[in-house]
Amino acid sequence: MSTKTVSRSYGVAIRDGFAYLLRTYPEVFVIGQGLWSPWYVGNSMTDLDTEFGRERVIDSPVSEMACTGAAVGAAIAGRRPIVVHPRMDFMILATDQIVTQAAKWSSMFAGKVSAPVVIRGIINRGGEQGAQHSQALHAWFAHVPGLRVVMPATPLDARDLLVSASVCGDPVLYIDDRWLYERTGDLPSNPDEDAIFSGPAVRVAGEDVTLVGAGYSAYLVEQAAAELGKEGISAEAIDLRVVNPLDIGPVVESVQRTGRLVVVDGGWTTCGLAGEVIASVVERLEPDSLRTAPRRITLQDVPAPTSGPLEARYYPTVSRVVQVTRQALEAAPRGT
Amino acid sequence: MPSIAAKSVPFSLGALADPLVGHEPVDLRGATRERLLGQLERMILIRRAEEHVADLVTSGEARCPCHLAIGQEACAVGVAAGFRSGDRAFGAHRSHGHYLALGGDVDAMFAEILGKATGCSGGMGGSMHLVAPERGLLGTVPIVSTTIPMAVGAGLAAKLEGSEALAVSFFGDGATEEGGFHEAMNLAATLKLPVIFACENNLFSSHLHISLRQPTDCVARYALAHRVEYEVLDGNDVCAVSEATLRAAARARAKEGPTFLELVTYRWRGHVGPSEDTDVGVKRGEELVHWKQRDPIRRLREPMIAAGMVTQAQADELDAAAVARVTQAVARARSAPYPAAQVVERYLYASGRHEH
Repeated sequence: MSTKTVSRSYGVAIRDGFAYLLRTYPEVFVIGQGLWSPWYVGNSMTDLDTEFGRERVIDSPVSEMACTGAAVGAAIAGRRPIVVHPRMDFMILATDQIVTQAAKWSSMFAGKVSAPVVIRGIINRGGEQGAQHSQALHAWFAHVPGLRVVMPATPLDARDLLVSASVCGDPVLYIDDRWLYERTGDLPSNPDEDAIFSGPAVRVAGEDVTLVGAGYSAYLVEQAAAELGKEGISAEAIDLRVVNPLDIGPVVESVQRTGRLVVVDGGWTTCGLAGEVIASVVERLEPDSLRTAPRRITLQDVPAPTSGPLEARYYPTVSRVVQVTRQALEAAPRGT
Repeated sequence: MPSIAAKSVPFSLGALADPLVGHEPVDLRGATRERLLGQLERMILIRRAEEHVADLVTSGEARCPCHLAIGQEACAVGVAAGFRSGDRAFGAHRSHGHYLALGGDVDAMFAEILGKATGCSGGMGGSMHLVAPERGLLGTVPIVSTTIPMAVGAGLAAKLEGSEALAVSFFGDGATEEGGFHEAMNLAATLKLPVIFACENNLFSSHLHISLRQPTDCVARYALAHRVEYEVLDGNDVCAVSEATLRAAARARAKEGPTFLELVTYRWRGHVGPSEDTDVGVKRGEELVHWKQRDPIRRLREPMIAAGMVTQAQADELDAAAVARVTQAVARARSAPYPAAQVVERYLYASGRHEH
């Protein structure tokens, strides 16, 4: 195997993943809106139709339900489709196919048939787009047994979680975030087809506090850990990578060492990913092993505002993560 | 010739929905004895199997919701005439007939209904989740209309494979009120996919008659709107359904696109469960009595006897054999084991990777 590396932006790395799959596996095809003129998916799908043909890269009618259903049906019939929803908000129209069909098919039929489909739902927010063009609904979908939900934060994962999602044989919701498309990194030229099974990644090692996120929030905690390091605070930054099934073990192990937990999530607070992570950690720890109460930095439970100043306050930022983490470290130990 | 039209303008079913007519024997249309005998046998098997399911529900042995298609056997068996090895089909909540028409195993169906490990879905599905992948039936599920786009996807898979396979979508008139149906029809027509939309219009969705759900009773008008080829026909005439399906299959295999078949029929039992007359608040009374005169099995058996293809005694033997086969399947299902506790996790991921 080649050990050569290539430098890629997150967006181009996604395109690399598509190209690898279409080149390597004849049963892979892609369907979704805008694929022959992919202007609203950044540079993540440029010219795939000309490179691999419009038979396999299908621009579709404005029919989220039918296109997702067709992808699910084609998967059950033996293909390996990837259906693209350029904005997750519109993917809600296909929820039956994702939640009630693809996720349950293997269980309902005792594995005799299953739906190895990848559904790509892009988080595309900011820019005063407002409440219906801003949603990050990973927690909704992560609630559903049988549906793997992945959230790449790095260019390497952007490519390899897509590749491994298609190869793994299960239905996978692949959630990428437009705010990450310009992030760059070096990646081995050959994808890791098992990347979906490799668990959370410690992006920054530390001893004083454990910071956790997924997708764009994983990038926030990684940057916050670097900032805190400049102040002499040793923060560990963990990227969950996969939010269903949630592998909480590495987070628990980290918090056992640091005694402090701050979880960042770009979703809402109530019944959200941050609450799930905190609960999953706390129920595995001895009551006295936390030095301070766990904290979560999430969206306020309101729809995304449109106006610029309101929007600027709405989303978690690196400085807010740094600030809350400092507060956690300065807080009096529990029980005193 | 039957007194009701085999094809009519798609804005009213007219005589097709009038149970006072259409009682006469079907036109055998020159079909071979071999095919007709097989279809008669299969329709009788479905009828007897569903009657036994009804009994199991009545006795309390079958506890999962069971939706019976007694009276609609010609739809399933007629469509199966156009089905070949390599084709794929998806069904819905009322799919015992589809499963058996495509050759699904009788023992596995009864075991599934009783929740046993030997069921076609390993005891994980029940009556509403039947599957027979070895016969091309890739799944039947009760969310109305949801398998229609899936069947379109199976048609897309066939196109991408470059094969001559087609996909059949079995659904009812209620499903045409769902948005997914229209999206799926539009997608199949636009991509010219090899799909047969087999719509059994039994005039009821659950408790509500089509006249209270749609402005007209003929759902093939949607096919016209989506520029999908269509035929509207007597769904209790297995020969008419077979011929129409073979025409639709030929179009699909020649890559000429999808066809919509509106099969006008009537279910003799209630929406769910064994009741005949009053069900989910609806009493059908006289109408049901008249519809039973359009019995698809009698209407095939009589002309076959008249044509010397089968004797009355042989027809009776087919019936006795079906009862014996079903009785045996029920006995086997009763003695089969329940699924082991760990299966609820075993099939969560088809990949078998459950490491977390």
